[in-house]
Amino acid sequence: MYEYRAPRRDIRFVLHEVLEVEKVLAAGGREDVNRELIDSILDEGARFAENVLSPLNWQGDWHGGPRLENGRVSTPPGFREAYRQFCTDGWAGMAADPAIGGQGLPDVAYIAVGEMLCASAMAWRMCSGLSEGAVLALSRHGSAELQARFLGRMVTGEWTGTMCLTEPHSGTDLGIMRTKAEPQADGSFRITGTKIYISWGEHDMADNIVHLVLAKLPDAPSGTRGISLFLVPKLLDGRPNGVSCASLEHKLGIHGSPTCVMNFEGAQGWLVGQPNGGLACMFTMMNHARLGVGLQGLGLSERALQASIAFAYERLQGRAPRGALERDKMADPIIVHPDVRRMILTQKAMTEGQRLLCFYAYLLIDVEQHAPDEGTRKRAAELVALLVPIVKSFLTDWAVENTALAVQVHGGAGYVRDTGVEQYYRDAKIACIYEGTNGIQALDLLGRKVLGTAGQSVKTMIDEIAALLKSDLPADFAPWAQRLQGLLAQWAELTKTVAERSAKDPEELAAAATDYLNFCGYVLVAWCWLRMARVAKRALEAGSGERAFYEGKLVAARFYFERVLPRADAHAAGARAGAAGIPMLQREQLEA
Amino acid sequence: MRRIMVCVKRVVDYNVRIRVKPDGTGVVLDGVKMSVNPFDEIALEEALRIKERGEADEVVAVSIGPDDAQQQLRTALAMGADRAILVKTTDVVEPLAAAQVFLTLVQKEQPQLVILGKQAIDDDAAQTGQMLAALWDRPQATFASKVELAGAAALVTREVDAGLETIEVDLPAVVTTDLRLNEPRYVKLPDIMKAKKKPLDVVELASTGVSAGETLKSVLVEPPKPRSKGVMVKDVAGLVDALKKKGLL
Repeated sequence: MYEYRAPRRDIRFVLHEVLEVEKVLAAGGREDVNRELIDSILDEGARFAENVLSPLNWQGDWHGGPRLENGRVSTPPGFREAYRQFCTDGWAGMAADPAIGGQGLPDVAYIAVGEMLCASAMAWRMCSGLSEGAVLALSRHGSAELQARFLGRMVTGEWTGTMCLTEPHSGTDLGIMRTKAEPQADGSFRITGTKIYISWGEHDMADNIVHLVLAKLPDAPSGTRGISLFLVPKLLDGRPNGVSCASLEHKLGIHGSPTCVMNFEGAQGWLVGQPNGGLACMFTMMNHARLGVGLQGLGLSERALQASIAFAYERLQGRAPRGALERDKMADPIIVHPDVRRMILTQKAMTEGQRLLCFYAYLLIDVEQHAPDEGTRKRAAELVALLVPIVKSFLTDWAVENTALAVQVHGGAGYVRDTGVEQYYRDAKIACIYEGTNGIQALDLLGRKVLGTAGQSVKTMIDEIAALLKSDLPADFAPWAQRLQGLLAQWAELTKTVAERSAKDPEELAAAATDYLNFCGYVLVAWCWLRMARVAKRALEAGSGERAFYEGKLVAARFYFERVLPRADAHAAGARAGAAGIPMLQREQLEA
Repeated sequence: MRRIMVCVKRVVDYNVRIRVKPDGTGVVLDGVKMSVNPFDEIALEEALRIKERGEADEVVAVSIGPDDAQQQLRTALAMGADRAILVKTTDVVEPLAAAQVFLTLVQKEQPQLVILGKQAIDDDAAQTGQMLAALWDRPQATFASKVELAGAAALVTREVDAGLETIEVDLPAVVTTDLRLNEPRYVKLPDIMKAKKKPLDVVELASTGVSAGETLKSVLVEPPKPRSKGVMVKDVAGLVDALKKKGLL
């Protein structure tokens, strides 16, 4: 069983040396969030994640998860205590506005801690993560009265929040949902219906649970334009409010998180935002929620990488191809085998490259909100919109791949439960599914973000990358720079081709979307590695005493360009192949 | 004002795997994570608990070291110290010089209690507290595992070879902390944010009138020798021979 160690050195590398967040935040008026403060926050966040949360991760999994008895859900041992400490230590409100009692951390500082929380105990972290989303939605769209009544205790963590969207017959397609909201004389509503897959819908860690529920008003138009958002508390003034947990799901992973079937039986609720404007309210939290899921993927990839490295230097098996390295031992550690190094370097290249991509996206949210001039803010907003579906999808698909590689590095020891590595693999898959499946992310990217802006957002991103290529790069980076230059040209051309085809036939868009998204992901991570390699190279030339750290970066950068980036070409080919190759099929054509 | 002074040293974090510089002049410090000496963290925790019991009014954290040591003092402020003082120097400060510097601070601050870690995990000298008590000419209670204040005295339980020993010392006094005295608290996020606004004075070492300078000469720093390969012997006689050859018998 491995305990988690927060990758503080790499996070500091990304935040300070590559993104130079201190400068960016100062430009947006957050001079108070300097390097020293960020480092203190990282240190304390790491301490909590490593010492308090990490030991809970496998317990929540092995214990069999939460239990439902007489309508009450009890969480695994230690979850409540850790949650109480999380709240009293002030982490629950870390992202929230100081005006409502939060700590007002910039997004880029908040997610550095967020990554540690996800990595150390993903199932536990979902509860507070969902609450943060609910706070965000309520603080943007809730009436002053609702805010006064509920926000304060949600920010402190005394009360938690949920998102209730899915129904048994209505998942991705929310327009066909049935939950009803009937207006009452006092301006409130009675909510009736069944919601499923509600994470942390019922639990024993907080005094009350504030559900944000999508439902239909009696006169609502059909489809997604007829959905409204309601706040429905579990308890009203301490008394039951017709909200109950009917059952818990048994599932592949995240066993520590109660996934509830929730019944609303005439529960009293209040409208949040405009009538029939529920989806618009959800969209304001969408960026955070989707990036947050990408962050879960990143956290699991990191934890899996740590396990792989530890095992590969300890496990003795076989001899190095060029002859034994440790003759006095019965065998060499498995890191001597090139194929093991291939797996670990793949994990390192993807995890660390994606960390920069993810943190960059969060930094852009800070820029979008706080940059002094409107042009910069608009440009940041454009890039955030483009990057959100990529970060969500690319980082979670890769979390499955990275955690599978960790199991593979461990061999049989990874497949049995004792090392805990198989849990990372099981936990990872859900992130590809919830908060909009990765297929939906691809449609969002290509349909709304790329073609919806007539390719403008892609152009902005390409310009940003081209600026790095025009800058002063070390001479020996020339092949990587040329490769990336070529991919940028390909990106522009691919976007044009897909746009032209999609204009004639919407099936073309849908058929190209996932390959298109993955192509974007690989190109963006290549850009990230070029940025990191440049910083590493300079540090080495300046005689840094951390040679191993920076040399490791250069090895991973090279590995990425040589052995991972070729996958971009495969995805480009897939996106270019067109809809004709994946026609609508008769079932008999698929079945043997 | 009833004041407690806590001495805090910036050291390589206890989790770091130490590497020796190739030229043998010391250990690699570049980019290595630095933290508050764990024993000093315990010292600070004890001071804060005394203050929270209403038995002290102010906790002052002090350190000697480079500008970067401000970071460890900020941690102390985030834990709950009221203010901090850094005596700035990039020179090597040996225990005697450190005690001399702390004495100047003690004379200025007039604490009723000075608490230090029993040793720092970098050089493991375990001398500064004792030297400070001698220079200050006040009682010392070292290796404390329990501290109780009783009016003008402190009852201190010490960990000694024979077990536990409780002594009474008149205040002001110097206490050095052992590992089992307490478990330092987790720092709250709001306190980290507030720590930035607490006073942290920086003074140059020269202003204290103490000169650092090395009185000890470090000859060579070497990592422990890796274990050499084992030898198989045929029988007991062979084993005895081998041991004799090595001069072990």
